[in-house]
Amino acid sequence: MKIDRRCFLSLVIGGAVGTTLTPVPWKLTDDIAIWTQNWPWTPEPEEGPSVYKKSVCTLCNGGCGINVRTVRGKAKKIEGQADYPVNRGSLCPMGISATQDLYGPARIKSPMKRAGKRGEGKWEKISWEEAISTVSKKLAELRSREKPHTVACISESDRGTVAYLIDRFLKAYGSPNFIRTPSFQDSQELALYLTQGQQGTIGYDLENSDYILSFGCALLDGRGNAGRMFSAYAGFDKKVKLVQIEPRLSDTASRANTWIPARCGTEGALALGLAHVIVREKLYNKDFVENFSFGFQDWTDEAGKLHKGFSSLVKEYPPEKVAEITGIAGSKIESLARGFAGARRPVAVSGGFGQGSLDETLAINALNALVGNINRPGGIAAVSEPDYLSWSEMKIDKTASNGRKKPRADEAGSSRFPNTGHLLYRLPEVINSSSGDSPIQALLVAGGDPLYTMPDSDAARKAFDKIGFIASFSTYMDETARHADILLPNHQFLERYEDVPTPAGVPKRIIGLTRPVVRQQYDTLHIGDAFIRIAHNLGGFIENALPWKNYEEFLKKTLSNQWKTLEKQGYWVDPEFVIPSWDEAFHTPSGKYEFYPTERNNPSGKDADALPGFKTSGIPGDPEQMPLILIPYESIRIAGGAVGNPPFMTKTVDANVIKDEDVFVELNPKTAKEYGFSEGDTAILKTPAGRAKVRVHLFEGIMPGLAALPEGLGRKAFSDYIAGKGVNINSLLPEVAERGSGLNRCRATRASLTRA
Amino acid sequence: MSTQSDNQTVSSVKRSSGWVIFVFFLIGLIASLISGWIAFPKLLYSTRQQPIDFSHKVHMGVVSNGCQSCHYFRDDGSFAGTPTNAECESCHMYPMTSDPDENKLVEEYISENKEVPWLSYAEQPPCVFFSHAAHVKGSDMECATCHGDIGHSDSLREYQENRLTGYSRDIWGYNMLRMGEAKHGQRHKMNDCAACHLEETGSKGDCFQCHK
Repeated sequence: MKIDRRCFLSLVIGGAVGTTLTPVPWKLTDDIAIWTQNWPWTPEPEEGPSVYKKSVCTLCNGGCGINVRTVRGKAKKIEGQADYPVNRGSLCPMGISATQDLYGPARIKSPMKRAGKRGEGKWEKISWEEAISTVSKKLAELRSREKPHTVACISESDRGTVAYLIDRFLKAYGSPNFIRTPSFQDSQELALYLTQGQQGTIGYDLENSDYILSFGCALLDGRGNAGRMFSAYAGFDKKVKLVQIEPRLSDTASRANTWIPARCGTEGALALGLAHVIVREKLYNKDFVENFSFGFQDWTDEAGKLHKGFSSLVKEYPPEKVAEITGIAGSKIESLARGFAGARRPVAVSGGFGQGSLDETLAINALNALVGNINRPGGIAAVSEPDYLSWSEMKIDKTASNGRKKPRADEAGSSRFPNTGHLLYRLPEVINSSSGDSPIQALLVAGGDPLYTMPDSDAARKAFDKIGFIASFSTYMDETARHADILLPNHQFLERYEDVPTPAGVPKRIIGLTRPVVRQQYDTLHIGDAFIRIAHNLGGFIENALPWKNYEEFLKKTLSNQWKTLEKQGYWVDPEFVIPSWDEAFHTPSGKYEFYPTERNNPSGKDADALPGFKTSGIPGDPEQMPLILIPYESIRIAGGAVGNPPFMTKTVDANVIKDEDVFVELNPKTAKEYGFSEGDTAILKTPAGRAKVRVHLFEGIMPGLAALPEGLGRKAFSDYIAGKGVNINSLLPEVAERGSGLNRCRATRASLTRA
Repeated sequence: MSTQSDNQTVSSVKRSSGWVIFVFFLIGLIASLISGWIAFPKLLYSTRQQPIDFSHKVHMGVVSNGCQSCHYFRDDGSFAGTPTNAECESCHMYPMTSDPDENKLVEEYISENKEVPWLSYAEQPPCVFFSHAAHVKGSDMECATCHGDIGHSDSLREYQENRLTGYSRDIWGYNMLRMGEAKHGQRHKMNDCAACHLEETGSKGDCFQCHK
């Protein structure tokens, strides 16, 4: 018997045939397929009994009540709190996916100091002792040089205990620069103060209105309190009419009864045109206008000078003229005015993109006064903050007192802008135009992501580069944190206590309680504790001003009367809040609602500058060079504020909004044809502030001549799931300050689109 | 002539005969069959015993609500699954018998406040969403339909784990080729779910029903 190569081959063939008759190949194929998907880093949800915990979401200023389902200490699902007086059970996708913020990759996991150049992303982990003492030493050094006024603090809110604590700290330290990040609240608060003499926010009783006239307010696209609007919209019966005035068919416009595309930036003129018809046809509320308002008719001041009244102003805005400005037919304007004034409980809502100009906000607000819906069901009401923050005044030393007397670095409250409270957008210009040392030496970023959200990003970054010391308290590695020198990460909102007073726009006075629903995940510290510890390090009067052991003690003492209710039900409604009647409501110099805002900063002294006349659409850029108008739009699926999209949300964005890394600019097919673009083309978008590579998406729902980009993209930091996708619309918008108020009125810019 | 000399060369080399080649073929065939059917499963699966031997039979005799006495639904409708110490200690805070396994439970786990690391035979991977409520409450199914007659067993069988996937052997089933109709409680792969769904509801169901 000879054994050769053929025997060996035969053995192998026999083995192969046999193997196919065994489970080996079939079973292994299946197992290997499973094995390749068994990634060790895939999180596995905990199993166990569910425990629900009530809290309030603070990802934006909407302040929605939430109910968090936890299993064995892990947050698994976030739902809207059904009885919460703001959102009544509804919640936006951002709030729903906040568990991904909690456990996600954007978190800063411990205090750190910069190890490379600014913005390079190199960090060295440090202890909390070192972080607190570094900030304290810097602040002590500036004080020792009598320069406490060169410290500024940026915060997303100026209400509630955290803002109060920081403001109190700055007062004791000697800085006047507590700066709230800009929002639509700015123009609304200013308009409220000038017309009603009240500090507070404008509450809109949308739930009880039967005719909502929205001037570009993205009610169902995430503006203000998204959760509240979803519940309100779901509750509208057939009699409620929603009219959306907006140049683009947004989700709000598509759900409205009527969509009126007005030319961009001409909303103020439209409001005056509507007022013209209401006055001409005597459709206004005579009782309110004649007995409780001032400056409707022409009036004479103490010196005997005759001033023009609001009714004379609106005479200049007949429908045919307004039709020319806005592009809306005169007959349409007339029927709109009649519909609004003829409704039982009409309300006009201001608040398009950005801060909004004061002129426009006053003009829209005047419509509410004309129909007499102020302090009436379905109308508007002034909402002041509950007075639980009434800690005794503290003693401050001479350095602090001198520092406090210095003008604010953002020019708010200065002779140029005396009525305005916060003007963060002015800061880059002030810093960049100063010769020598920057007027801000140390910046404490306690909230917001200014380097991302500020217009004209290049100017903002240049200004930040001049600031010698930047400390960020951000929970997430956002753009501002990336450019900071030291990071003192705050707990994520699901890990911390905080009070949330009435969100802007809600006509109630409530306090909500944000509270820890899971244990602290990383080496973070509550921002309130960080400021208390810094104050204790600085010692003296500053330490005495913040005498509490920690933030929790301060919070519980501050809310001692409401604490039991807050713990039990998650919110507290002020039983003493009553909306006053017209004879008690107004605290202006005339004691009435002022159609002519006598307190308005008016350097020229001309009536035309005090009354909310329409000057121009205010869109910067040369129409010859830049024939298009670029507008930003809000989307409920893309978070536009300081906190970026968690992965879940980005998954919901359509492929004609972002594809790979590219963002699509929306163009009307007519405009696209005019410039020779078709769907999907790559193009370069240029504005006076910057340029960006985009792709073209044809959309019939946008007015011809316009181009639109979504907010919330083009982040340079945060997490890999959102960074680098698309373009930051803010970087393309120049900053244009409104005369007299300083508010950034730029909600659009001229732009050109050329082939890439 | 070249042809002649080639023929001479071929005939001069002694080649293995046909039957030898066949024998080698058979050796290969039989060896692979043995290794594929006997050695492979032993290699693929590791075998472990449960930490405590538990008699369902004994317990079924003393509880009032059948399986759901211990494997109950929570108030919110979710299924509690394998009992935890909280359930066991309501009876076994102290040993009730001299059974060594019961003593082990009390001494090593309940007294130490440590959960028993039970090995779950029918544990689905985390990508599968399975609702006991929909099957047991919604469709009145018996536990035994999927889990077999475990409720009357006197002892816990050994647990086999797939070394590659980490899943329990009950998922694929004990029949290595998954041939024939599955008897109750023998296999729990997606196709087994689909087969039953097709029979009972007329549809295999949609992806997102189970893979959320």
